[in-house]
Amino acid sequence: MKFGVLQFPGSNCDQDAYHVLGQVLGQPVRYIWHKEHTLGDVECVVVPGGFSYGDYLRTGAIARFSPAMKAVAAHARAGGLVIGICNGFQILCEAHLLPGALIRNRGLQFICDWVRLRVETADSPFTNRCRPGQILRIPIAHGEGCYFAEPAVIRQLERTDRILLRYVDNPNGSVADIAGICNETRNVFGLMPHPERASETILGGDDGRRIWESILHASAHA
Amino acid sequence: MPALTPDVIARHGITPEEYDRIKKILGREPNLTELGIFSVMWSEHCSYKNSRPELKKFPRDGDFILVKAGEENAGIVDIGDGWAIAFKIESHNHPSAVEPFQGAATGVGGIVRDIFTMGARPILNMNSLRFGPIEGRSAAAATNRKLFAGVVAGIAHYGNCLGIPTVGGEVYFDESYNGNPLVNALSLGIIRHDQIKRGKAEGIGNPVIYVGSATGRDGLAGAAFASRELTEESHADRPAVQVGDPFMEKLLLEACLEVMRTPGLVVGIQDMGAAGLTCSTCETASRAGTGIEIDLAKVPQRETGMSPYEIMLSESQERMLLIAQKGREQEVEAIFNKWDLHGVTIGRVTDDGIMRVKVGRQTVAEIPARKLADDAPVYHRAARPIPPRPLTLPPEPKDYENVLLELLKSPTIASKNWVYRQYDHMVQAGTVVAPGSDAAVVRINLQRPDLGYAGAGEKYIAFTTDCNSTYCLLDPYEGGKTAVAEAHRNLVCSGARPLAVTDNLNFGNPHKPENFWQLRRCIEGAAEACAFFGTPVTGGNVSLYNESPAAAIDPTPTIGMLGLIDDPRHITTQWFKDDGDVIILLGELGAELGGSEYLKRIHRLKAGTPPRLDLAKAKQIHDACLRYIRQGLIKSAHDCSEGGVAVALAECCISNGDALRGATVKLPINAAALFGESQSRIIVTCAPEAAGQIAGTVLGKVGGDQLRIGKLAWPVARLRDAWWNAIGRLMAH
Repeated sequence: MKFGVLQFPGSNCDQDAYHVLGQVLGQPVRYIWHKEHTLGDVECVVVPGGFSYGDYLRTGAIARFSPAMKAVAAHARAGGLVIGICNGFQILCEAHLLPGALIRNRGLQFICDWVRLRVETADSPFTNRCRPGQILRIPIAHGEGCYFAEPAVIRQLERTDRILLRYVDNPNGSVADIAGICNETRNVFGLMPHPERASETILGGDDGRRIWESILHASAHA
Repeated sequence: MPALTPDVIARHGITPEEYDRIKKILGREPNLTELGIFSVMWSEHCSYKNSRPELKKFPRDGDFILVKAGEENAGIVDIGDGWAIAFKIESHNHPSAVEPFQGAATGVGGIVRDIFTMGARPILNMNSLRFGPIEGRSAAAATNRKLFAGVVAGIAHYGNCLGIPTVGGEVYFDESYNGNPLVNALSLGIIRHDQIKRGKAEGIGNPVIYVGSATGRDGLAGAAFASRELTEESHADRPAVQVGDPFMEKLLLEACLEVMRTPGLVVGIQDMGAAGLTCSTCETASRAGTGIEIDLAKVPQRETGMSPYEIMLSESQERMLLIAQKGREQEVEAIFNKWDLHGVTIGRVTDDGIMRVKVGRQTVAEIPARKLADDAPVYHRAARPIPPRPLTLPPEPKDYENVLLELLKSPTIASKNWVYRQYDHMVQAGTVVAPGSDAAVVRINLQRPDLGYAGAGEKYIAFTTDCNSTYCLLDPYEGGKTAVAEAHRNLVCSGARPLAVTDNLNFGNPHKPENFWQLRRCIEGAAEACAFFGTPVTGGNVSLYNESPAAAIDPTPTIGMLGLIDDPRHITTQWFKDDGDVIILLGELGAELGGSEYLKRIHRLKAGTPPRLDLAKAKQIHDACLRYIRQGLIKSAHDCSEGGVAVALAECCISNGDALRGATVKLPINAAALFGESQSRIIVTCAPEAAGQIAGTVLGKVGGDQLRIGKLAWPVARLRDAWWNAIGRLMAH
């Protein structure tokens, strides 16, 4: 599977995603600079964490207008896989590739900690190697990770089985304990937790690999 | 332009003798701009004029030292295979007292620039913080909580945005820091030996390039501000506190590293930190033995009508000065453009040794660069010993169980999770031991493309910061020694071989002989320990004038120590691992209560003789601990420090939230045995079959859901709650 990791000014988890995909999982991976207009032969795009454009105006609000994000939107429309982590999730929401928004944590403080997540469905290219109800231990690190959407949107997400991950102990006030959702066509995934930080046992756990392995499995069985 | 009256000169902190020295250097009267330039360069912050003779006592040499203390913006230490570590600690105490969020944030920004200026990629930050007490309903406590919250949020804001993990540090609370908190920020980076850059303006005719934020009036003369006592009026100094923009710093970091790693583009580089444009121009010229000429009309400015004085003394953040290779300016500019930055050529290197500042064609300052940078006056201040504070031991407590809970709730001892949960301590995917053990352990992935070198494999380093300022108050010599020994002990407990030190010397006004005596004795103690352990000092920072309206702070010579872990299997954490393991004390139990947290917290006593440190004995215990770790005998190792053996045992039981462990141990039941802070003690555990191979006192066994010491017992869940939630509960007020 050919991965591409976006780089915006202010991205800071790009190195980590690149490291896990290339060194840990042995997959071909390259960076995509935000000024690039095309994605080349990339099959799965990673929109990494960080503070793109300094989070000015609003998290993710400026990044969505970059040339690379236009290419990502086209890639998503064509059915290509996109995973947005943390700031990447915020950008995907701002770009309307995913519904809802991420606002200040309920406690108003930045939170960096390991959290437990419940896999709500295995029916996605991002969770197919998990069991529904399975608990994953993966870190979060965000100040604006409180997921918000109108009740009608939440009902729609639930009805269509698009909530992929929920917090077991909601750390940030997210509506319906939402930690990660996908789009209608199930090829775009956004989540606040960082699976790239939980892909090696020496760093405290490798539950994040279930997400990457799901993507590889989806690709192999596409 | 106002005349240079004695009053104007005095307000610049320049003494009449110093003014005569300036006139001698110039051969004439200085103008106001020149006076301002001298005043910031000859402040303690930039010149070390009061501390330099004392700093010379530190050992600075070692065959693994690549860049020595005082040579450059940060020291550099060889870690093998062509790789090296650049690291340094620096204070931002006064700005943080006046504006905690921005003061602390820009403290992080400044120290990170010192690291990437060397060409190193910053891979971790730490910090050492001191505040007045945060408990209770007093106005002082409320202020301290506000300062504490603001400082932590500022550090988090800046470091998190940069994507550099803040992997640890220390926080102490004591009345002496009321109104004068300490914020010491540390950064560390990885670099190839051949990537090291110098702050030198070499090559006559080479262009001087300014890049980063535009210059404003913020932070005007912050270095001079930092070299004065805080007074009731200090809040009027708010413009002396800079405002940080971590996004700009992130762009500068990436762009400057890219420029520096393109062969042949950069001749020299220095950040504009304290004393801004003044310091970066005269220091780079002084180091190279050249002159430098700049035109202020070309300096990007964010405000109109700024005078040469203001531009030269501004401490606006996120600015860098590069000396580029002549003829390759366009390549430099192309890289800056990629990062949406704009480099401006503001001057050139000259051959006359003069720092010449112009506005268009008019010369506004002309000073010999070397004399300005290196010929600051040096003062040998008077020292007067402070008599010891005798201790009358209070009666034994009636309820030892409650004393332990009270100590675990003491904000100085309690878990700092309220702090480090706000720091992104995992970004860069290298944090192996997160905050909450004796030292932070970080894996350095040498294959990362952003290191600018196709490396192989990994390196593992450990880092810690330590200083018990109560010991330093009661006996500055022993206190200085002990700070180094504790850092050394924390590193060996983590499985690391200690290498080198950076220090942040926080003291009161050196003109007061008692304060100067404390500075001298702390340095002498720390220097002796550094020499004994073979861990030279590679640089650091001196912060004097730390006085609130009430009094000077307790002397606080913070020690940051770097260690190298030769094999990841040696990485060891402090918490108990398995039921049935044997608990062994390395070192002697001791019975010293002087200077203890127990006396301070339970009896409101800051008195007595702090624990004595026998360096030979310390080294023997530390070496043994590291040897057992390397032999694979030890499952956990924890240093005994504040709160004594009882607190250390409790921490071993409760500091891993995923697996609390009980323990049953035998100890004499008295305050000195339980809560005394004798030095050179480490609590280790091992499997029963390994116990015979470890020279130490068997204390007991791991197991159950209680900590039992003789007839005393505590449910571990209760200990955990007291220790884990204490600071969060105080801050929820």
